[in-house]
Amino acid sequence: MAAISREEVAHLARLSRLAVTEEELDTFAGQLDVILQSVAQVGEVAAADIPPTSHSVPLTNVLREDVVVPGLTPQEALSGAPDAEEQRFRVPRILDEDVAS
Amino acid sequence: MTDLTRLSAAEIAGLVAGGETSAVEVTQAHLDRIAAVDDRVNAFLYVDTEGALAAARGVDERRAAGEDLGPLAGVPVAVKDVLTTKGVPTTVGSKILEGWRPPYDSTVVERLRAAGTVMLGKTNMDEFAMGSSTEYSAYGPTRNPWNLDRIPGGSGGGSAAALAAYEAPLSIGSDTGGSIRQPGAVTGTVGAKPTYGGTSRYGLVAFSSSLDTPGPCARTVLDAALLHQVIAGHDPRDSTSIPAPVPDVVGAARLGATGDLTGMKLGVITEFTGEGAEPGVMAAFRESVEALAKLGAEIVELSCPHFRYALPAYYLIAPSECSSNLARFDGVRFGLRVGDDGNRSLEEVMSLTREAGFGPEVKRRIMIGTYALSSGYYDAYYGQAQKVRTLITRDFTAAFEQVDALISPTTPFVAFPIGARTADPYQMYLADLFTIPTNLYGGPAISVPCGLSEGLPVGLQVMAPTMADDRMYRVAAALESTVGSFTPPAL
Repeated sequence: MAAISREEVAHLARLSRLAVTEEELDTFAGQLDVILQSVAQVGEVAAADIPPTSHSVPLTNVLREDVVVPGLTPQEALSGAPDAEEQRFRVPRILDEDVAS
Repeated sequence: MTDLTRLSAAEIAGLVAGGETSAVEVTQAHLDRIAAVDDRVNAFLYVDTEGALAAARGVDERRAAGEDLGPLAGVPVAVKDVLTTKGVPTTVGSKILEGWRPPYDSTVVERLRAAGTVMLGKTNMDEFAMGSSTEYSAYGPTRNPWNLDRIPGGSGGGSAAALAAYEAPLSIGSDTGGSIRQPGAVTGTVGAKPTYGGTSRYGLVAFSSSLDTPGPCARTVLDAALLHQVIAGHDPRDSTSIPAPVPDVVGAARLGATGDLTGMKLGVITEFTGEGAEPGVMAAFRESVEALAKLGAEIVELSCPHFRYALPAYYLIAPSECSSNLARFDGVRFGLRVGDDGNRSLEEVMSLTREAGFGPEVKRRIMIGTYALSSGYYDAYYGQAQKVRTLITRDFTAAFEQVDALISPTTPFVAFPIGARTADPYQMYLADLFTIPTNLYGGPAISVPCGLSEGLPVGLQVMAPTMADDRMYRVAAALESTVGSFTPPAL
């Protein structure tokens, strides 16, 4: 049985903000199925009472002195932006037209 | 006349310090070599000719003024394109960052500059460091100098190939699941993954933040240690950076080079000596184990029962972190923007930008990660993988109660032909079978050339306890002193 369907892959692509093509969906569905069936092996390990590890370095609450240090100028920060205006990142339309008008 | 491109970094630094050659001469020799061979190797995505020569002139001027130069002053270094370089293009091997010139240096690059090394340029890599062959670069594959029809490993294939092609004596890589060590093994060069947190991730374009570790690549163990010493150490700008002194890796490499391992216990992992590795690789490994025993090391065989689950756990954890990290590529702050016609919404433009800017492997991993983190699947996939990570860490801890270091082949197979594994992504993942456990644990590991199989290099991996990076350099240098180095055929 497949671990994941073509429809589920299409849903994942939407969640991932990837405008994939129909052709890609065909390819990815098969490939993701193989990968997911393989990684599902982690389920074989009896680990119900084992604590999870998110990180190998046991550091918590890393703080620094609250002093001002040089940072990027607005010009530097915007230097790689596809579009900028008035020292700000310019984004495409974020509201529906009827709301915007 | 001495061919400056054939020297080790330590030798070059000595000649520059002694005034027998200049940093400019050394740099020009490497730029000439790049111009002569890189159209065939494709190790570099960008060569910073002017910047390199200016940095070299700076070193020569400081030397002329009588300044005390560091141990790598005047030595050229190639930097994997995953680290930001101020004003110098940084693409991470991806179309989504094509043409981006970062406004700041990563900590590793800042330290390279402060040490007087000369940055030659940026090296090719699998897109966003996801891959084991450099075939997933958006800018074409790098080729293995041992055989141009074969892969140079990945993701840092460019950094490894640049060494093997004598285009640079030193390079920087980053290791999330083996991306320094596996390219080192298949190109006959040395690659070291420091303890996680031992080198700063500031300015390293993030793939999997709990695993990503920048580190040194070189043609000799001593050179790798010298480079390690320069780039490692606490960085307040990385909150996962370990606030502790850097282990004496250079001293350990020199000690190891004396060829005496008396009193050291080395563990051979049962799970890594059975199925999975090519016979030629296992033969070279077995010979090296005997060589290490002759140097005085005691060899112990032991079991790490959860290592067989490291690969599946990694391919849940790393994609999960990547799906979150790569959300920053939204077509707003840097890089590509596609389809902004004034009518499309932000979300539509974002989806079109990411579709056009990311390659297939990056898309696969983003989707796998999104799946593993989604409600209903989280416990069975990401949550379970994190528990397996705990068990793998416990295996390491238990092993290091019995032995000083663990050894294994670095990779299951020698460099495979370009194109052999791209059709089946999971076949590609198997290249990292032996390197991944260390990343999940967070300890240091190094790959050192140990022999040839079918005329292609084989690497031996030494894994040490967290913050005992010096120990792996000692073992690697000892092995190097007895098996020697391996020179590829002339290009």
